[in-house]
Amino acid sequence: MSEPINLTKLIFGRLTWDAIPFHEPILLATFVMVALGGMVVLAAMTYFKLWTPLWRDWVTSIDHKRIGVMYVVLGLVMLLRGFADALMMRAQQAMAFGGNPGFLPPHHYDQIFTAHGVIMIFFVAMPLVTGLMNYVVPLQIGARDVAFPFLNNFSFWMTTFGSMLVMASLFVGEFARTGWLAYPPLSGILGSPDVGVDYYIWALQIAGVGTLLSGVNLIVTIVKMRAPGMTLMRMPVFVWTSLCTNILIVAAFPVLTAVLAMLSLDRVVGTNFFTNDMGGSAMMYVNLIWIWGHPEVYILILPAFGVFSEIVPTFCSKRLFGYTSMVYASVVITILAYLVWLHHFFTMGSGASVNSFFGITTMIISIPTGAKIFNWLFTMYRGRIRFELPMMWTIAFMITFVIGGMTGVLLAVPPADFVVHNSLFLIAHFHNVIIGGVVFGMFAGINYWFPKAFGYKLDSFWGHCSFWFWVVGFYVAFMPLYVLGLMGVTRRLSHFDDPSLQIWFVIAAIGAGLIFLGIISFIIQLVVSFLRRESLRDTTGDPWGGRTLEWSTSSPPPDYNFAFTPLVHTRDTWAVMKSDGYIRPTSGFVDIHMPKNTAAGFAISAIAAVVGFGLIWQMWLVAGIGFVAMIAATIYHTFNYNRDYFIPAAKVVRTEDERTLLLSSHV
Amino acid sequence: MSAHDSTLHGHDHDHGHDGHVSHSTFKGYATGFVLAVILTVIPFWLVMAKVFDKSSTTGMLLLAIGAVQIVVHMIYFLHMNTKSEHGWSMLALIFTVMVVVIMMSGSLWVMYHLNHNMMPGMMDTTVETKPESINAAPASTALTVAVPQKAAGTQQVP
Amino acid sequence: MSETTLTANAMGTKSGNSYFVVDHHPENGTLLGFWLYLMSDCLVFACLFAAYAVLGRNYAGGPSGGMIFDLPMVGINTSLLLLSSITYGFAMLESQKKQVRNTMLWLIVTGILGAGFIGLELYEFVHLIHDGFGPQRSGFLTSFFALVGTHGLHVTFGIVWLITLLFQLKRHGLTAANTRRLMCLSMFWHFLDVVWIGVFTFVYLMGALP
Repeated sequence: MSEPINLTKLIFGRLTWDAIPFHEPILLATFVMVALGGMVVLAAMTYFKLWTPLWRDWVTSIDHKRIGVMYVVLGLVMLLRGFADALMMRAQQAMAFGGNPGFLPPHHYDQIFTAHGVIMIFFVAMPLVTGLMNYVVPLQIGARDVAFPFLNNFSFWMTTFGSMLVMASLFVGEFARTGWLAYPPLSGILGSPDVGVDYYIWALQIAGVGTLLSGVNLIVTIVKMRAPGMTLMRMPVFVWTSLCTNILIVAAFPVLTAVLAMLSLDRVVGTNFFTNDMGGSAMMYVNLIWIWGHPEVYILILPAFGVFSEIVPTFCSKRLFGYTSMVYASVVITILAYLVWLHHFFTMGSGASVNSFFGITTMIISIPTGAKIFNWLFTMYRGRIRFELPMMWTIAFMITFVIGGMTGVLLAVPPADFVVHNSLFLIAHFHNVIIGGVVFGMFAGINYWFPKAFGYKLDSFWGHCSFWFWVVGFYVAFMPLYVLGLMGVTRRLSHFDDPSLQIWFVIAAIGAGLIFLGIISFIIQLVVSFLRRESLRDTTGDPWGGRTLEWSTSSPPPDYNFAFTPLVHTRDTWAVMKSDGYIRPTSGFVDIHMPKNTAAGFAISAIAAVVGFGLIWQMWLVAGIGFVAMIAATIYHTFNYNRDYFIPAAKVVRTEDERTLLLSSHV
Repeated sequence: MSAHDSTLHGHDHDHGHDGHVSHSTFKGYATGFVLAVILTVIPFWLVMAKVFDKSSTTGMLLLAIGAVQIVVHMIYFLHMNTKSEHGWSMLALIFTVMVVVIMMSGSLWVMYHLNHNMMPGMMDTTVETKPESINAAPASTALTVAVPQKAAGTQQVP
Repeated sequence: MSETTLTANAMGTKSGNSYFVVDHHPENGTLLGFWLYLMSDCLVFACLFAAYAVLGRNYAGGPSGGMIFDLPMVGINTSLLLLSSITYGFAMLESQKKQVRNTMLWLIVTGILGAGFIGLELYEFVHLIHDGFGPQRSGFLTSFFALVGTHGLHVTFGIVWLITLLFQLKRHGLTAANTRRLMCLSMFWHFLDVVWIGVFTFVYLMGALP
């Protein structure tokens, strides 16, 4: 029996006009706003002739500083989307009691909490963390760039296009309704026959490749490109935590890749990895995904710990207490991260012996973190503390994260976990540690390194506003959730019958509103700082009295970072250099070898996104051709042997002379 | 722009410093090859000639010989040693092996317990049919062992 | 490697230390980077092995390994791959002697052996699917096809890379960059042979045991 080939089906797969949500008012309104806003941005860019500089200086840039900034921008933009999801959830849960169904039907609500989780973890936290590491690590080790600058560009664009796929799901088709980890059988082809889970899978696969390669890149950078004299035990602690983070990335993300591939095979080919029958095991998915998932949360938090280890000594004008134990703590956390994963599914039924083992290891892993907190406190003791914004965020972190950590230790006890697993107590715990740890850490880092990256400090008043709204807002939003969790309220519900719970949800919604004001204040901070940048200018390159090498460069640093590679003798290199009375060299500059920009990363990632879209919608022709195009483009790129150039000494002289002038005019 | 040659070979004058190249020798490859052949033939012979009665004995031997052959490949073909990349290659390998061991043994242990507790009656009783002839059309699932419940039913997944 | 340091006087330091070097070339990181990537690939395979370990006896009323594995053919396949490893080794030896043409010849032999391996494997897969023992049949077959298939895909990518490298060797000869690429492919190729040891031991031989 043969049928004529349906050309439309061949090209468009299951993509039809039905995929566009004409009948959903919220989505339509969102689309209209996005389209209008987008058109304004595009028009402005054309009017100010920004396209060429954008392409030349940013899209094709292999400079770790530019790529770092772009990662942070991506993270902050996606924060707005992820937070919009959060506001909608809080609003729904505050009003949907008894006869009131709220404004979000479950079908929609489920996509919102899934998207919220996926976006916040993969497209906010990961890019922010990666961006900070990308920007700071080469500068702190005295290098001119990362080990593989082209790969760095490619990694960034893969992450961005992954996020674009998630955003596309808003307007074309729908997103997954499974929660951020998409457990089968709900995420299997029978439980979710629609495109949602496919968007999820391919967005993460594409972004995951970017992250994995970034991990390899930064490890090699730290191992191979440290300035002469910088032994491992002389590296800044942020570099140590970055090394540990990237080791975790390289050793964990392949598992995510493999598991998502298995899930997609189940969905598309009909294999039996995680099916209910035919010999599959859905429990195995949970096991494997958390083998990735637990190291993932350490990937998120270790860089934040590193940020604090830089900020505390700087703003206490005192050497970090317990450097060696900080290093050991980071390494121990890295190893132990692989021994605790089952605590995410104590209740799945592995029994007492297994649960006890993992409960004990989970409690043990809190110890090195505790050691870090003590080290920061001991650094502060008898220091001359300056309560600038980075330090304020650090103190907020210390209090908030410790509370979250304590609830974590509570959850680590299997019998206790049996009561509160998948309740709002769990939600409160992980938001406690992620917001208190990662988000506060990122804000601390952004406020700390912003002057280095852009040449002017962030406005202090609006920074304080943002800080207080965030911190107070966090507690108001999440402490009620602990109460609700202990009272037995389950997570991911869009409607409740017990009206006595409502007051807690209303308080939480108010908290979310406060955080919203915090985000607005942050945006205002950025705008106001830009407008006031001359009065906030950092002319010395060292606005905080820093202790590490990045503060020896100008703000912003030149493309080549260092005219001469530093020679290191101790820890806290820059602090020692300053106290040793060193004078910056002003002559003798030579040509500097630098990598060229490239469009290859952007191009290959764009094709990858097209392939992903094709696979999602079963547009096999598109996917197939796209895949071949990707391979061809990659091979073509490998034929390019002409990838670097030299900055002539004359140009270096000019740049350094400008800095000499700047420094002397502001003495 | 300077007249410097801008191909990629500029940074390789120091290739002796990072200790990454253990220069290969014919002797090394030949030795590795012969060892690998021996360590391949023996497992195949053990299984195909049904040398031991107990599967578990054979199984353990297979795993052990396989492990040895992997080490042979690492040393003779991949030039694995503690000097390569100032020891970072070895460290990376050790860490990876550790994670793999944790992952495999952990998963087996966890899944065994999960299956035992949550899927009673399923453990080791999944039956295969009488050997279906390779050339015949797939037979229906004719059961030959008296176990009441079968994989065809939906399993209880928590 | 010349690293002249600026005099301490010029830098004005009290300790007499100098804090800069003028001419610094960091070591090339490509080989370490590729090794790390291989470690991550190790973990992908570990995941697939773990799936096979868990699901490998879930026959779901279908065939077991003993019924469908053609061990002599697996033996031939193993030999092809092992031979290809040593022919790649010969290619590396020739490249050390800077013999471009001989390097390319041994690479071609390696590629042909690799293609033979893939061909046999495809034959096995097609045969199994045709008999109704495809990856959808059971948990065992799913994990079998995924593990062995992923290995085969890697070998295929290796062959594509090998062909690309042949063109690049022809065009540029044994430059430092090409030598690095040869070494990376060498690591990749041998690594795939190591994984195959795991596959034939754990999947085929042990799967064929009762």
